[in-house]
Amino acid sequence: MTDQKPFIDIRHAQKSFGTLEVLKDINLQVQKGQIVAIIGPSGSGKSTLLRAINDLDPLTGGEVWLEDKRINKTLPHSQYEKHINLVRQEIGMVFQHFNLFPHLKVRENVTLAPKMLKGLSGTEANKLAEEQLEKVGMLERIDYYPSQLSGGQKQRVAIARALAMNPKVMLFDEATSALDPELVEEVNLVMKKLAQEHMTMIIVTHEMSFAEAVCDKVLFMDQGVVVEEGPPEVIFRNPKNDRTKEFLRKHLAGQNA
Amino acid sequence: MDFDLMQRVFPFFLEAAWITIILSVLTAILGLTCGILGAAARLSRFALLRFVGAAYVSVIRGTPALIQLFILYFGGPQIGIQLDAFEAGVIGLGLNAGAYMTETIRGAIITIDKGQIEAARTVGLSRLQTMRYVVLPQAMRLMIRPLGVNINALIKATALVAAISVVELTYTAQRYIGSTYKPFEMFLIAGILYMIIIYVTGQAVAWLDRKARIN
Ligand SMILES: Nc1ncnc2c1ncn2[C@@H]1O[C@H](COP(=O)(O)OP(=O)(O)O)[C@@H](O)[C@H]1O
Ligand SMILES: [Mg+2]
Repeated sequence: MTDQKPFIDIRHAQKSFGTLEVLKDINLQVQKGQIVAIIGPSGSGKSTLLRAINDLDPLTGGEVWLEDKRINKTLPHSQYEKHINLVRQEIGMVFQHFNLFPHLKVRENVTLAPKMLKGLSGTEANKLAEEQLEKVGMLERIDYYPSQLSGGQKQRVAIARALAMNPKVMLFDEATSALDPELVEEVNLVMKKLAQEHMTMIIVTHEMSFAEAVCDKVLFMDQGVVVEEGPPEVIFRNPKNDRTKEFLRKHLAGQNA
Repeated sequence: MDFDLMQRVFPFFLEAAWITIILSVLTAILGLTCGILGAAARLSRFALLRFVGAAYVSVIRGTPALIQLFILYFGGPQIGIQLDAFEAGVIGLGLNAGAYMTETIRGAIITIDKGQIEAARTVGLSRLQTMRYVVLPQAMRLMIRPLGVNINALIKATALVAAISVVELTYTAQRYIGSTYKPFEMFLIAGILYMIIIYVTGQAVAWLDRKARIN
């Protein structure tokens, strides 16, 4: 398993915003079907790393590969656009604040991209929307507008929207951080279901128990570097690094307060 | 007040009001066209287009509309642009309104949450598709009211073309003052007709705005 060629390969990722270096030589390999959690204090670069994978925040150094395709290529504008639009169809992303399209019904939120990009007919697109919404338990809200949904429901629709493009990888950036505590579980359940279906996932999260339950590998990031990585039982139960220990201690104290 | 006189000249004012309405409609169409192009230029990824858009807006907004009309109508022939008064009025006012509409349209577009664009791009939509299916439908709702304000200003600005002798409401009022010496009555009729035009337009904009909100 470990000497298999990685599905996602991030090599020497470096990112600066002006003079602020946010990612410092990060390496991350993710195997097909693997679920990786990224944890760490706010501002440590987790989102930036995640957003580098689909080139939303292009790296200033290093390489990102998906299977045998280099993602962050330097190309003339129009060629780059073509390339990145195709790559992004294979990478689903879920945001902290859902970012559903408020002017479109749930159904159209899900079908917009497949219709535009895969040339689905109206009937095919509807069937797809129904399938995907069924999967996240939102079928009965198919004709609602996003503004008529709770946060947890919105996030489940956002997951369905991403899944509708049939991605090879799913990226989650604090998908449950903006939710009221009682709504977190319904989103977690959807993510667990994806895990059972062996979806390759990279999950930025503050929920340690969830990460421990579903992930194969955990990265602890601080100040733009991966301080420690390993299987969840090691990172959460038996971390080696002092900064990891300190972070987890503070985090648990915060949660119990 | 001379109501008798007012009644007698009223039909001529109605005709003039019709000219003001046509002038307003044509100006609004040209203004919207320039506004769309201007906003596209200002939001372009090409620096040259951004510069042209910004220059257009600041030149127009930085000078009186009356001077713009005069340059076009009186100065035009000197550089080979021959326009009759009505044409100069439409083009001058249209270019003028377009600059304000450029800023209105651009303002509505850049107000749309960046997260919307990111969500659209991460499912693989192109820049153009993102604009067309995600950003514009939302921005359109936001721009109806402020464009209504631009149109209100544009209708009032049509009074300026009296200065290049287009026979619209203001010019007509001035002409009848010359023969009747009753400025109060004449400007009162013109004012009331402007108010009606502006009121009806305002109601139409409000209706559009409500409709956009319901959908
Ligand atoms: N677009 C940006 N411009 C400038 N600085 C940014 C930008 N995005 C993020 N940063 C900075 O990069 C650092 C890492 O941010 P981020 O990746 O969002 O951290 P995290 O997700 O771990 O909280 C922070 O210091 C943040 O202020
Ligand atoms: Mg973050």
